[in-house]
Amino acid sequence: MEVWGQLINTTLVFSTALIFAALGGMFSERSGVVNIGLEGLMVSGAFAAAVATHSASEAGFGSGSPWIGLIAAVVYGVLFSLLHAVATITFKSDQTVVGVVINILALGVAIYFTRSLYDGSVQTPQLYDVFSKVSIPLLTDIPILGEGFFHAYPTTYIVAILVAVSFFILFKTPFGLRLRAVGEHPSSADTVGINVSRYRYIGVMLSGALAGLGGATITLTTTSSFAYNTISGQGFIALAALIFGKWNPLGLAGAAVFFGFAQAIRNFAQLFDWSKNIPTEVFYMLPYVLTLIVLAAAVGRSSAPSALGQPYDPARR
Amino acid sequence: MGQSGAVVQLKGITKRFPGLVANDSIDLELKKGEIHALLGENGAGKSTLMNILFGLYQPDEGEIWINGERTVIDGASKAIELGIGMVHQHFKLVQPFTVAENIVLGDEPKKGLKIDYKLANQRVREISGRYGLKVDPQVRIQNITVGMQQRVEILKTLYRGAEIVIFDEPTAVLTVQEIEELIQIIRNLAAEGKSIIIITHKLKEVMALANTVTVIRRGKIVRTLPTSGTNERQLAELMVGRDVSFEVEKSQAKPGEVVLDIRNLRMKGEQGKPALDGTTLQVRAGEIFGIAGVDGNGQSELIYAITGMRKVQEGNVFLNGSDLTNKSPRDISTAGVGHIPEDRHKHGLVLDFSVSENMILNTYFQPEYGRYGFVDFKAMDKLAADLVGEYDVRLSGIHTDARALSGGNQQKAIIGRELHKDPDLIIAVQPTRGLDIGAIEFVHNRLVEARNGGKAILLVSFELDELYALSDRIAVMYEGKLVGEVDADNRNDEELGLLMSGNTDTAGIPGQRGS
Amino acid sequence: MDTTKKIFNKSSLLVPLVSIVLGLIIGAIAMLAGGYNPILAYTSLFERLFGSPYHMGEAIRAITPLIFTGIAVAFAFRTGLFNIGVEGQFVMGMTGATLIGVLLDLPWYIHGPLAIVTGALFGGLWAGIVGFLKATRGVNEVISSIMLNWTALYLANYIVAAFLLEPGQQKSRPIHASALMHIDWLIELMDRARMHWGTLIALLGVAVFYLLLWRTKQGYELRAVGHNPDAALYAGMNVNRTIVKSMMISGVFAGLGGVFEVLGVFGNQTIMAASPGYGFDGIAVALLGGNTPVGVLLASILFGGLSYGSSGMSFGAGVPSEIVRIVIGSVIFFVAAHGIVKYMLKPFMQKRSADKRKEAA
Repeated sequence: MEVWGQLINTTLVFSTALIFAALGGMFSERSGVVNIGLEGLMVSGAFAAAVATHSASEAGFGSGSPWIGLIAAVVYGVLFSLLHAVATITFKSDQTVVGVVINILALGVAIYFTRSLYDGSVQTPQLYDVFSKVSIPLLTDIPILGEGFFHAYPTTYIVAILVAVSFFILFKTPFGLRLRAVGEHPSSADTVGINVSRYRYIGVMLSGALAGLGGATITLTTTSSFAYNTISGQGFIALAALIFGKWNPLGLAGAAVFFGFAQAIRNFAQLFDWSKNIPTEVFYMLPYVLTLIVLAAAVGRSSAPSALGQPYDPARR
Repeated sequence: MGQSGAVVQLKGITKRFPGLVANDSIDLELKKGEIHALLGENGAGKSTLMNILFGLYQPDEGEIWINGERTVIDGASKAIELGIGMVHQHFKLVQPFTVAENIVLGDEPKKGLKIDYKLANQRVREISGRYGLKVDPQVRIQNITVGMQQRVEILKTLYRGAEIVIFDEPTAVLTVQEIEELIQIIRNLAAEGKSIIIITHKLKEVMALANTVTVIRRGKIVRTLPTSGTNERQLAELMVGRDVSFEVEKSQAKPGEVVLDIRNLRMKGEQGKPALDGTTLQVRAGEIFGIAGVDGNGQSELIYAITGMRKVQEGNVFLNGSDLTNKSPRDISTAGVGHIPEDRHKHGLVLDFSVSENMILNTYFQPEYGRYGFVDFKAMDKLAADLVGEYDVRLSGIHTDARALSGGNQQKAIIGRELHKDPDLIIAVQPTRGLDIGAIEFVHNRLVEARNGGKAILLVSFELDELYALSDRIAVMYEGKLVGEVDADNRNDEELGLLMSGNTDTAGIPGQRGS
Repeated sequence: MDTTKKIFNKSSLLVPLVSIVLGLIIGAIAMLAGGYNPILAYTSLFERLFGSPYHMGEAIRAITPLIFTGIAVAFAFRTGLFNIGVEGQFVMGMTGATLIGVLLDLPWYIHGPLAIVTGALFGGLWAGIVGFLKATRGVNEVISSIMLNWTALYLANYIVAAFLLEPGQQKSRPIHASALMHIDWLIELMDRARMHWGTLIALLGVAVFYLLLWRTKQGYELRAVGHNPDAALYAGMNVNRTIVKSMMISGVFAGLGGVFEVLGVFGNQTIMAASPGYGFDGIAVALLGGNTPVGVLLASILFGGLSYGSSGMSFGAGVPSEIVRIVIGSVIFFVAAHGIVKYMLKPFMQKRSADKRKEAA
């Protein structure tokens, strides 16, 4: 029974990272900018968090270190996302190609600096000051579910709040209305005086910040370090969650939990008898194959923002 | 007319783009309460001028004076501030948003951090009532008619306090009834003291609506004159620069055998409504059969069905007796169907291919263009050179990308390609959209030539002038089927308008023919 | 020939060249930031590359898979598709060839070709899945490719572990000599560098890439669909079938890259912790090469040379070899965002045309 609680918990850990990244992707894509570079932004966030937290620990910040790591991840993620923004919004380059390039570049930069900062090591030093789980009093005592849901890392609580906040911002505020207008029909927004570029920049920078947080979550709650394989496809799975969740914060959160579960089950497979006959590689493949099946079965991109992927050229109104 | 004060003054406005001068030293004056038409053919520079007034472009030279003060309009926000509003030809509306959301976008009433939807809806109802533009604020744009969408566009400008309203080709997408309503709306607005500019190329509208008309040709003002002192013929002459006859040289048709025989086509549409609901028609050799109707009544789907782009669930398409129903586009093309599509950029040409490569777009697989899987470039180039000469396509070389050609030349290339196939049936959809008068004449002449040579031609057009000039027979399409035929030799817009809006009770109107 | 002019002209050279220079500069900055000497590093790279027949031979060995993956990506791009799944198709190519090479024992004139064809087919079919999903379900090929990349890695590992394992090791049993593709006399000549027939096939591949796309009717169709699927549909072409065909051909090229890694270089297949990375480098090669045959060849020489020579940089100047990832990444960033390069060049271009006008006056 305890296992179920742990399974829920591990699911939440993986889902949290996915939700952060998918929310970031949502703001970017809702404004009309495709962001394939989520993977690279997560890598950047994971890397920045590892380096910053380590340095903070060394400097004696103790349990405050992981929080510094989170902030570093946000800052570095935003900076990296600016590369994407400038290339695609100001210079109107192909958004998909630039996204892939960001992924390659982000990983290269992260590994290079890991090596040079830590004496040629391929991995950042193991972090001592990471997040520990926080219990919500009373609620933790609920059998099974309590352990699962209410004894989680701070990042999980943060992301839950963020989902609600994102929903509010996107659908209830002027900012959200304008952002969505920019992504559906940019010239409508332009002709009422809304600055299309500015909203798109904000959308992309938000994706940098949030995806960075997603990457940081992985580092600070699971691996406690950064290496070349810390982020292995989660950025793309987050994109799939975004599509499956129809670019809606609640939808993508649900989808992310589903994918997070697929990732979590890897660690628990061995515990079930029936799993002994299935080769371990199958469990490793599971999240990816599942994503593929879900994408194929989903109703397609008909709910995507209409102007997604098209650079806005005012001259061609 | 209202007071004689000039609300807008454009002095010496000049705007250059690479390769052309769109506006050349233009002077224009708009008085308060005036309805001023800006008349010119496609590409004359009307839209550019208005985009400058609305702040979307900046003039290279010249001055803009609003209400007696010199200003620089550096963006749409500034224009809106100055009380200028624009009702665009292609509506700037966000489809999934509601009417109210579209109207208040950018200037949303707030309650704390949230949008105050109640207040927004209320305000929309207020101005809607005040100006007699009935709309439901809570309905989504994707669910309302085109006419209503235009009212939302108008309300957008009024919500922002526009005193000067620019209408860009406002009647392009409206039914005859909706045009009547729009004319009334515009007159009401002028009566309220708004100053109106209408950009158009339609002479009838100018005469019906405007007090003053300014004719623009190739970027220059030709003349400004009151409509009371002129007529359509004179305006046409001013617009084009020479005496223009709308008639095409056309002898009586000598129709032969039935070439295209369409029986009872049914095709599924969106949201449960059928796109084709029992369409039946016949086109004979040596005849031009025109289809009139407001866009969206199944014309596109009919063309898709004939050309094999989409499947029909019921009914048949026969070409010269053979059943082509639901066959592949390639089979249909080789069976003898030529197609001049509505959207030449999307469907007619591969813009990134050379002109030469485009000429074999639907014939490349044939042996004369290459064997054993390879392309015979010499044969391809020869065909291109021949066609370019025969159809007077102006370009710098057959190896230039199709993208570099002007709209008129692109259309000529397409027509050349399709006619070269020597098809028995030619389908032409909006064949002169966006073309200047010279190109329009060329296209019309070629179509009549083909018809005289015994081809069957199915013509779909939203320009009534074109339909009447070319067609030997005209039928009206409404909600997926043909609802009546009209006399192609005696134009009766009232009868046509009624049929186009589905009113088949036309008994008692002279000249009406059964279907 | 006008087609040659179209696919490889002067103005299309400027952006890649400037991007390379900028990339090298950024690499130098990163090195300085890490406390290394860029000049020493770049010279060490050269020394490594041209220092001896062995190194030159090995450099060729490193460049060969990039030609294959570069062509694979470029081919797909030309037909309107972004094949990021080259990585997975490469791995499947390896696996196919290894399966035939290890499990069967046939005369050399059958065994080798059979292994090659099987690997190529594996790659082609793996890519075909992506094409099929895109054509029938509209699934974005970027995401599906990436998912299949990971799946391929684990699938390959599983196959090696379950059917081909060398007992007690993390790799397969050796591939029979009858399937191997070494060029023995060349290996002798290049001081035991691992030379193999794949290099020749790769060069043939470049020619096939050109001929197929620009000289055949199939290529005409593929390019039409790539430029404008709507017009292609109207012209009677079967767009969905073309998408699948295009992905499959692309996958065949990628698979061949993997085939020759096992048949020509390693002689076996290990259980991999991560995929080899030639696929992503192939993307870089295609981008820099402007998706043209000659461009891909030149770019693969550049990137292959950089990658191989990077070990020289760490040897000679202590720079982590990952610096090359930054250089390559920056180069393709500038190529992808060529607007930035053109913007930077504007002052130079304007001055030149102003000078020309002065001359003419």
